[in-house]
Amino acid sequence: MTAAADTSSGAATAAPVMDNPVLSVSGLTVSVRGDEGERAVVSDLSFVLTRGETLCIAGESGSGKSMSSLAVMGLLPQPQARVSAGSILLGDLDLTTLSEKRMQTIRGNRVAMIFQEPMTSLNPVLSIGRQLIEAIEAHTSLSGSPARARAIEALKAVRIPEAESRLKQFPHELSGGMRQRVMIAMALALKPDVLIADEPTTALDVTVQGEVLELLRDLQREQGTAVILITHDMGVVAEMADRVIIMRNGRMVEEGTISDIFERPQVDYTRELLAAVPRMGAGRAAMPAQPDEQVKPVAVAEVHDLHVRFDLHGGFFGRVTRRVHAVEGVNFSIAPNETLSLVGESGCGKSTTAKALAGLLPYSGDIAVGGRNLAGLSRDERKAVRRDVQMIFQDPYASLDPRMRVGDLVAEPLLIHGIGTPKERVDRVAALFERVGLTADQMERYPHEFSGGQRQRICIARALALRPKLIIADESVSALDVSVQARVLKLLRELQNEFGVAYLFISHDMAVVENISDKVAVMYLGQIVEMGTRDQIFDNPRHPYTKRLIEAVPVPDPARRRARFARLDSEIASPIRRIGDPPAKLQLLDAGGGHLVAAH
Amino acid sequence: MTNPIAPDAQAASRMPVKRRPGVLGLLLKRPLAVIGLIIIAITVLGAVFAPWLTAYDPNEQLFDGLTLEGAPLPPNAAFWLGTDLLGRDLLTRILYGARTSLIIGVVANGAALLIGTLVGVTAGYFRGWIGGALMRFTDLMMAFPALLLAICLAAVFQPSLWIVAMVIALVNWVQTARIVFTETSSLAEREFIDAERTIGAGTPRILFRHILPHLLPTIIVWGTLGISTTVLLEATLSYLGIGVQPPTASWGNIIFENQTYFQAAPWLVFFPGAAILALALAFNLVGDALRDILDPTQRGRA
Repeated sequence: MTAAADTSSGAATAAPVMDNPVLSVSGLTVSVRGDEGERAVVSDLSFVLTRGETLCIAGESGSGKSMSSLAVMGLLPQPQARVSAGSILLGDLDLTTLSEKRMQTIRGNRVAMIFQEPMTSLNPVLSIGRQLIEAIEAHTSLSGSPARARAIEALKAVRIPEAESRLKQFPHELSGGMRQRVMIAMALALKPDVLIADEPTTALDVTVQGEVLELLRDLQREQGTAVILITHDMGVVAEMADRVIIMRNGRMVEEGTISDIFERPQVDYTRELLAAVPRMGAGRAAMPAQPDEQVKPVAVAEVHDLHVRFDLHGGFFGRVTRRVHAVEGVNFSIAPNETLSLVGESGCGKSTTAKALAGLLPYSGDIAVGGRNLAGLSRDERKAVRRDVQMIFQDPYASLDPRMRVGDLVAEPLLIHGIGTPKERVDRVAALFERVGLTADQMERYPHEFSGGQRQRICIARALALRPKLIIADESVSALDVSVQARVLKLLRELQNEFGVAYLFISHDMAVVENISDKVAVMYLGQIVEMGTRDQIFDNPRHPYTKRLIEAVPVPDPARRRARFARLDSEIASPIRRIGDPPAKLQLLDAGGGHLVAAH
Repeated sequence: MTNPIAPDAQAASRMPVKRRPGVLGLLLKRPLAVIGLIIIAITVLGAVFAPWLTAYDPNEQLFDGLTLEGAPLPPNAAFWLGTDLLGRDLLTRILYGARTSLIIGVVANGAALLIGTLVGVTAGYFRGWIGGALMRFTDLMMAFPALLLAICLAAVFQPSLWIVAMVIALVNWVQTARIVFTETSSLAEREFIDAERTIGAGTPRILFRHILPHLLPTIIVWGTLGISTTVLLEATLSYLGIGVQPPTASWGNIIFENQTYFQAAPWLVFFPGAAILALALAFNLVGDALRDILDPTQRGRA
């Protein structure tokens, strides 16, 4: 903790709460019209926001946290949703009574908002300069070159290097973190009184998340903007908040200062929420590392010198001009009953590795499943071997055919591989449903009738149907709420003990990885930079990138707020290279006890 | 694991567990679909039982079917829908004409949809050189004038209703193919198709069980839109002497023969026109209902 952070949190607590509220919401109720009449999605929400304060609204999906912020912005989805009671006072102005036209002058100017997905909230066909300048011109008397100067100033404020030349760039030319910075620049260019940030870092990589959060904090300190931060991530809450509101089912269940919430939670729900957060270090306590067995059983999957490259065509004749080196010489093996985690940030090739292993992508190199190399097998033999490798995807809704009943979906692998009679299949599917915590009578339903966590259970049942030896879980818990995530992880562990299945667990979340893995491999730009047992990686990270990843995880403890985060203002290196210019291969050296580290 | 996501479990248990009724049962619960089915049934029955439903011959030029001045008769007690320029009973001609028009509207149009879907799905799923070749061929057909093709075919074969059906099928599949191609190529990128591959599903299973059902709404919409246009296209072709030859009746050629007399004898255009409209509308209503019924995510949301 440095002095700077101390003074900021000190100032926030010292400021009298009633002094000069920027925004005060009282008795806010938002109703949505549905099939069964009107239903309140937010009921009786009240809070006061003072200048320079950060209020975190935390809760799981469906708790009404986003709806409340949209109500403040006057952006509720029309015509289904409306504010049915309460008031939102911005200074002396009640926003609920304003016309759409008046609201437009407030929006962006006095209340600004940042959304979760920076790519979808920027217009893809306009340059970022044009979008920024337009926003400035719409709300101020500035136009032409003064507006442009203001835009450059705003980009510089969010620490975008070479701000001037960036104005001409389009959203797709920027990385996710850069895009989110542009969004912040846009939101803060007009020096609003209130900034609402709805899950601003959820779509970003952890290291980028750290930078963006710190940037928000700095800008707030400089400009005195009040911030409402909406998040499901208690780590982010601990990092950022002065005060916290916990919401559940549209109601505020608890409100308090950051230390009250984390150290003296009053309500059971808050306690549950905090307990569900995966914490670094907790995994080792819960699941001590197994002693290293000397007798090595046959690996369920062995990957040797795996390469996946995609050609990019360019030029007039569509020749291959550049190549994406997605995976460059990856080696690992997974033993039965073992969990190997592949971690890294987006674009590092971890999902590509998984897809190659699952047979979804062409590759070069060797993949052996159960000791049999897939390369030399006929189609039918390969299909038989592939039975042993199943996959669970990140988004369970996208990976289930929406037009099929879930029972049929789970039975499908059995049908394809000709296992059992129809009657036996139904029984087996019913048993699988029971095993993953669903009931057999839910088999007749369709995927959209389930919640996210239930859908992921269906996907797990489907992956288990063939009794595979290896299940690849590609970011399988990333899209779930923390409490659901904790239960799904527990289920995965139980199934591992029961069936002896091995997992290849792909994730960007170091805290989750620490909780579930036996072994960890860290990937960067298509290559493994460090690999070892969980304890080796987390207790003694050797590679700077691994250290950076571990450091970037927000700790759900306000007392351990990070002060400074090593910043990386340059763009992340790209795996796209010209033909004849392959990336240099990293040499992995043994740092003792099988702990492999790339030279750096 | 004792409390898996409590609110959802409650929401799920509120829904009554019952056997899902069949497609026809669900169709009969929708008033609009029932109206559509009735109109289709009337048309089909009218076409099949035409000789028993009317006292006249469709091609007979009745002596009392014209006024003394030789003008056609408006609807009256003897001729319910009036008579045409040659003194033939219009109702009888519409009933017999339904035979031609149903063949064109349903069979030819259906064949066009089938070809279009097959080409579109194959091109969209396999891409590569197969997809490229198929889609370039589609572009070629799109640029090819339908009338020229029809005239060429008629020169080679005897002019008949089947030539018309063939021409319509050969001309109309291109739009379907284009649209199905686009949809298939985006469906093929969806994650659940990848998920199917990981459980070992083969290409036929993916195409027929997982891609085709998602294309149904598009196919239904294009199929119903095609009915009215093909019925009229048949009239154009017949007019050029390629299709059914006079005096054989079809809805299209009744309109075509009489459109110049629209002001003097409006019923001659109005009734066959209304028949085409009603048939197209009926298929549309049934198609819409089918689309909603076959889409499980829409179920229960009328």
